[in-house]
Amino acid sequence: MKPMLDARARNGVRPDSTWTGIMDCAVKEVFQIMLQTDLTSMPGSGDGAPVGDTTAMVGMAGALCGVLTIRCTSHTAESITARMLGSSGPVKPSDVTDAIAEICNMVAGNFKGKITALADRCMLSVPTVIRGDDYEMVSIADGEQLSLCLAYGGSPVWICLAMHN
Amino acid sequence: MKNKRILIVDDSSVMRKIVERSLRQAGLDLAEVVEAGNGIEALAAVREGVFDLILSDINMPAMDGIEFLRQLSTIETAKGTPVVMVTTEGSESRVVEALSIGAKGYIRKPFTPDQIKERVTPLLEVLR
Repeated sequence: MKPMLDARARNGVRPDSTWTGIMDCAVKEVFQIMLQTDLTSMPGSGDGAPVGDTTAMVGMAGALCGVLTIRCTSHTAESITARMLGSSGPVKPSDVTDAIAEICNMVAGNFKGKITALADRCMLSVPTVIRGDDYEMVSIADGEQLSLCLAYGGSPVWICLAMHN
Repeated sequence: MKNKRILIVDDSSVMRKIVERSLRQAGLDLAEVVEAGNGIEALAAVREGVFDLILSDINMPAMDGIEFLRQLSTIETAKGTPVVMVTTEGSESRVVEALSIGAKGYIRKPFTPDQIKERVTPLLEVLR
């Protein structure tokens, strides 16, 4: 059983202007270590809505409540999976789901680990993956959102942290 | 370091493959690698055979790594088997909890093969 979040965790942590840079660093580190790939910034893509038919989500609860999503096309997800596995051939759809979920999980863990106020006061859910692009995510609680778009081999990978007030 | 029997516990099959590949890249000659998707499957594997090393995730469905560690300590044949947690968990309290109930170390995801080697090799050398 997971321990209940303690009283300290109920005191929420407010995002600040450094968080986008921290998230950028957290994502790039995961791709660098697990895929030996450098993600680059994708100029001009930050204003558009995320697109792609593969979305991984990890819930965060405690001092920060929200959802971290990573979204890309299935083609990009397959390429990420093949690289993670060191495979040059086709990859199984179940491995793609698994790999994208794990990337999202590692990004969430790496991100919160870089923020002292969150590291020990925020828990992560088991990841969920959505296949298909005909959906819209609507957060019931108004809160801030942190988004960035990075290029993986020239293809966009969207990272979004929707936070609850 | 030959003929080691390793149990890898993680709900992600991709991560299990990556951990195994990292162990091989670290120069370990593995006799057998058994995979389990959660703590329940891992306990079943431990009841069927003895392992030289167990690498376990913490955050898993059905039975997480902390509960697995607790139940593992009640299995006579598993006593003395080192367990290393491999986790995305940034929470120090969860890692400390795992260490307090018997884990011999932890590796934070994302990890490099060198980090696996650094944590695992001393534990296996003790068994030589």
